[in-house]
Amino acid sequence: MAELQAFFGAAWPLVWALFRIVLIVLPLLGAVAYLTLAERKVIGAMQVRKGPNRVGPMGFLQPIADALKLMTKEIVVPSDANSFLFVLAPVLIIMPAMAAWAVVPFSPELVLANIDAGLLYIMAITSMGVYGVVVAGWASNSKYAFLGAMRSAAQIVAYEIAMGFALVGVLVMSHSLNLIQIVQQQTGTLGFLQWNFVPLFPLFVVYFISGLAETNRAPFDVAEGESEIVAGFHVEYSGMTFAVFFLAEYANMILISTLTSIMFLGGWLAPFSFLPSGMIWLLLKTSCVLFLFLWSRATFPRYRYDQIMRLGWKVLIPISLTWLLVVALLMQAPIRQLPIINIWFH
Amino acid sequence: MEFSTFVFYAFATLLLAGGIGVILSRNPVHAALFLVLAFFSGSGLWMLLEAEFLAISLVLVYVGAVMVLFLFVVMMLDINLDQLREGFWKYFPLGGLVALLMVGELVLSVMTPRFNHLGSNLVPAPEGYSNTRELGMQLYTTYVYPFELASVVLLVAIVAAIALTLRRRKGTKYQNPAEQVRVRREDRVRMVDMKTEGQGEAS
Repeated sequence: MAELQAFFGAAWPLVWALFRIVLIVLPLLGAVAYLTLAERKVIGAMQVRKGPNRVGPMGFLQPIADALKLMTKEIVVPSDANSFLFVLAPVLIIMPAMAAWAVVPFSPELVLANIDAGLLYIMAITSMGVYGVVVAGWASNSKYAFLGAMRSAAQIVAYEIAMGFALVGVLVMSHSLNLIQIVQQQTGTLGFLQWNFVPLFPLFVVYFISGLAETNRAPFDVAEGESEIVAGFHVEYSGMTFAVFFLAEYANMILISTLTSIMFLGGWLAPFSFLPSGMIWLLLKTSCVLFLFLWSRATFPRYRYDQIMRLGWKVLIPISLTWLLVVALLMQAPIRQLPIINIWFH
Repeated sequence: MEFSTFVFYAFATLLLAGGIGVILSRNPVHAALFLVLAFFSGSGLWMLLEAEFLAISLVLVYVGAVMVLFLFVVMMLDINLDQLREGFWKYFPLGGLVALLMVGELVLSVMTPRFNHLGSNLVPAPEGYSNTRELGMQLYTTYVYPFELASVVLLVAIVAAIALTLRRRKGTKYQNPAEQVRVRREDRVRMVDMKTEGQGEAS
């Protein structure tokens, strides 16, 4: 380490930061690749099919074959499309999906940037993902793509409010915006019973549903809506540009699952207090939440557009607001000393 | 040159470029995207001043929500550029006057001794200082009434905006989800006892 430091001299902090970024992004891309395989396998099993099983043993090389195929395909820019914005859109969508990982803690020490406003940073960065979708839809010069972009913009704006309020509940519980402190506040002798999902159960559900909607996953995938508007906002994209949209969607799914685990399921904490805590628990919890994502895709039919809006504005937002009020009341001094309530509110 | 000075100039240049892009681009969608760039660079500048709460909420509120809605509206507009440029020279004197006045006001306020003193007596924040917490304390203790009043003003604005645009149209078709969920089999299916028709013929 010391020799390396001497070799790079003044540039060392930069090199070290880059190295750690690569250390996060590469496993993330690997996880994205194998999440696509997992999705096809899981949905296959749910529909009593086998799923991909030809490329490599049990289909394990399928994601690599897919990636190679997409990389060698031609990138077509439609006539009269705004070519600069058309190419910029995938960049705009993959940037937030990657940048948000900067503050995600994998264990108390393992985090790229341990900043105090971590939760705010994540909300700000993820809210920028919508530009990729909107710009892609507009720049494509296609009506299907444009319809998809419109749907997506309205949907994301609606669900971000519910999501934000669910997170406000979490920060009321932990008195902190720092993700490490949010996890540490959930520590306790009762193990998993003291995780945030128990006292904040309605907010947990709201967060998960909004997460589905924010990542444009089924049953909220009207922005793609194959049966209505072909492929929605990315209908004109091909080859690697399409692959980037795909990558961003799956990276966002993993991000939302990790955040759900950190904020509601105790992050790296073990479910029982006699077990050692560690990163493995975070990965396990994330995988479970990801499985829920895949499960809901295989189970639910796509929502109609007006039903999505109704669910977002008239159901999820009132629920999260009400529960926020309940949590705020329970945090007050006289009530929070009562026997059962003081398990969570201390 | 110090690194932070370099970052400052980079963000400042981007901010100015974004601002100029907003007024010079012909396509309103490009203008909106330039405005996003300007907001983002502004947020970078605030971050440089260690005002992380303001910086992040600028991105969260303006970039993440306001500009998305802006873009949403602008994309659906059918703008005729010739029509927009028709009265340019007629309005130019008035516009120029307003611009000059604003520049004058800005110069005057920057020239005041108070403004120049602001920077010199700032103490660097101690380790572990959270400006989110400080802002929250100020807003919800010292300035709680003005803050609540401001939110009431916003609420009134929301109600007014909705009241202005709300039209009840007759004969619109809509579904009542509560009714749909409450439906029982008896409401939709009627079992009828009847003799089998055409016995023995169809097979």
